[in-house]
Amino acid sequence: MSELSFFLGCIAPNRYPGIEKATKIVMEDLDVHLKELKGASCCPAPGVFRSFDKLTWLALASRNVVLSEEMGVDLLTVCNGCFGSLVDANNVLKEDEKLRSDVNKVLAEVGREFKGTIRVRHIMEYLYDDVGTEKVKESIKYPVDLKVAVHYGCHLIKPSKERHLGSIENPTFFDELVEATGATSVMYKDKNACCGAGGGVRTSSLETALKLARAKLEHAKAAGVDCIVDACPFCHLQMDVGQTEIEKKFGDVFNMPIVHYSQLLGLGMGYTPQELGIDMNYAKNDEFIAKIEKIGGGK
Amino acid sequence: MSDTIKTSDLDKAFRDEVLTEPGAEKLILCFNCTGCTAGCTMAEHEPNYNIRQLLRMANLGMRDELLNHPYLWNCTTCYKCQERCPQGVPNVDILLKIRTMAVHSGIMLDNHRKVAQLMAKTGHAVPINDDNKEKRKKLGMNELPETVHNYPDALEEVHKIVQVTGFDKLTEAQS
Repeated sequence: MSELSFFLGCIAPNRYPGIEKATKIVMEDLDVHLKELKGASCCPAPGVFRSFDKLTWLALASRNVVLSEEMGVDLLTVCNGCFGSLVDANNVLKEDEKLRSDVNKVLAEVGREFKGTIRVRHIMEYLYDDVGTEKVKESIKYPVDLKVAVHYGCHLIKPSKERHLGSIENPTFFDELVEATGATSVMYKDKNACCGAGGGVRTSSLETALKLARAKLEHAKAAGVDCIVDACPFCHLQMDVGQTEIEKKFGDVFNMPIVHYSQLLGLGMGYTPQELGIDMNYAKNDEFIAKIEKIGGGK
Repeated sequence: MSDTIKTSDLDKAFRDEVLTEPGAEKLILCFNCTGCTAGCTMAEHEPNYNIRQLLRMANLGMRDELLNHPYLWNCTTCYKCQERCPQGVPNVDILLKIRTMAVHSGIMLDNHRKVAQLMAKTGHAVPINDDNKEKRKKLGMNELPETVHNYPDALEEVHKIVQVTGFDKLTEAQS
């Protein structure tokens, strides 16, 4: 059994606890034990906090990495934003001695030191590279018969310099992992477009941010999918809570279910939508819940 | 933007500081092909947002116009332009550097100030609330996650870090 620390971030534990729970369940079933990363903080969000003060961003991000270094295990995140902060901070501090020295002076004040001994992993690239699509496929007891719009999100694959995940224009690893559950990944317009939440835009200019989310929802709906599958609680929130905001501001109604990959995988393993918290989304869709309740043979 | 730019108004020191961001020296290689803006998802929805123009202004040293620019905060950091730039200019990294310079000059949007303070205080940009404590319980989980929320000593570390870096003062409410 492999071991990793589980970095929760903010939005998964504090807005979509179903994603946190689903991740623990599915990884355990795949023989990956997730250890709690006790006392971790906000990653902190790459586009927004790095825009305020780079040293603070690096110091807080590296503190989270150091907690995992001290446990002697690589760190796993289920959020693109957290991945963006933690993988970029981890890599830059491994390479840049000056920055590392500046950051370590700050960390020394709390009795910690960045050593650069671990890797930061995102669940999608970890599943693809280390677990493998074959093993994921073998874990499926009930094929997930859904048409899915895959939303990679931005910080999972970009900046690509340190990620080595293949093409950023036409990536396929996420689609392959979705299809391993029995679902069909459907092509849709501007599939790789941003959800609009990042960079502090959702915080500062909600209406502008929602225009980007609305385009994603429109394109996914036009492709006739059952749901959008993401691997980022912030994209998740933007496209889920965003639907109620879009309805208020622009009048568009989508009823588009948003599902995190951990939850999709959990369905195929036989867990119920309620156990995985899929029914806890802010945009309600009873028809979809009824449909996915049947996946586990109606148990 | 139709006014003539006077070289005497340009701030070369500002440009030099922007160029201290690692990789930013490539900015001088920009030949204004506009590929960054042409592929920009934000620009599709907000045509006034033009990252090429913002970076051009940085390269010229248009400090005040840039730090107060109404669209400086529109980039979602999707990194598409940075990936596609034929000259290898790290557009987003440079834009984020310019934003930090704005914040350090006291220019910060109200909602950004609020989220910065919230994170500095609670350790989370999005802290737990009652609704989600209930959801966690319903899922058979502890009310509080195993983050700074459940470890006061860990939260103290966050407080210490934002104090040492000056982040708490930098982002505090303006009177």
